[in-house]
Amino acid sequence: MTQVWMQILVMAAVTFAVRAVPLTILRKPITNSFVRSFLYYVPYVTLAVMTFPAILTDAGSLAAGLIAFAVGIVFAFRGAGLFATSVCCCAAVFLAQLL
Amino acid sequence: MSEGILRNAKKASAGSEGLRQMREGIRDAVPVMTGYFAVSFALGITMKRAGLTPWQGFWMSLLNNASAGEYAGLAMITAGAPIWELALMTLIANARYLLMSCALSQKLAPKVSVGSRLAIGFDVTDELFGLAVARPGKLDPHYYCGAMLLALPGWALGTMTGVAAGQALPQVLVDALGVALYGMFLAVIIPPCRKDRVLGGLVALSFAASFACSVLPLLKTLSGGTRTILLTVILSALAAWKMPVKEENA
Repeated sequence: MTQVWMQILVMAAVTFAVRAVPLTILRKPITNSFVRSFLYYVPYVTLAVMTFPAILTDAGSLAAGLIAFAVGIVFAFRGAGLFATSVCCCAAVFLAQLL
Repeated sequence: MSEGILRNAKKASAGSEGLRQMREGIRDAVPVMTGYFAVSFALGITMKRAGLTPWQGFWMSLLNNASAGEYAGLAMITAGAPIWELALMTLIANARYLLMSCALSQKLAPKVSVGSRLAIGFDVTDELFGLAVARPGKLDPHYYCGAMLLALPGWALGTMTGVAAGQALPQVLVDALGVALYGMFLAVIIPPCRKDRVLGGLVALSFAASFACSVLPLLKTLSGGTRTILLTVILSALAAWKMPVKEENA
């Protein structure tokens, strides 16, 4: 029982350190062009890699996943916001599963 | 006298600006909260199998806020791994947050206090990071904390409900809610690609590379977290080397 709480605390401490240390230490703007470009690209690559192909497996079926992916790209490209795009993807999966 | 009034007016407008930012953060985090609730609900089912109570699940999620990290940690706990292995696994599974946190530090004005930085650092997640990246200009900590006000309970309460309720929700709803987060990711990464061809190419390359890593022999044995770290570092470095960003973007 106590062991589980100990494990939870260790996980929390490691996770917090990973996130908070760079945020607190890096205070000045980075001037190096490579590092700046690298950090600019990081979020887009990370989110893209995490979205695809995971969206295909998490939607319940391959077809529903593909439809959700296509719907998400089309709506996002046309400038729908975070919430609207998100809802459209959910609705697409829901409908695809019903049909 | 007039100086005092001016100072007070400035203070008041700074306060209402903070409130406005916070309200926007809360508004933008609504899909994050619902998406988190669904995803952490599934995480809660895993915790139940690992023998955790709903209360333990609540605290693990409130203190960690990491899907991959918590999954990985639970696997170690179930396997009865020693505490240092649990710590190492948590570090590896969450390594991408190190990169995100570095990137996020550049989005903050240098004058942002240590307290605000630690507060933001408590909840650097894929989704909140996505929201922060989508903000024009510098990131106001008020905005981020507003988003955390919904994201934190969404994640923790979803987990607790998942442990308690088990598999009560119909699968069709779980599946539908499961793509909510991906829809958000797309809404973050796709719009800037219209203006920035290089970025569009990079996003397409990322999709392709990620897909390749999930089907090719050997590469497909990598865990999702490791794949994300490797591809992020390799592709971002490649893009930064071949296509450095012009000053106003970076």
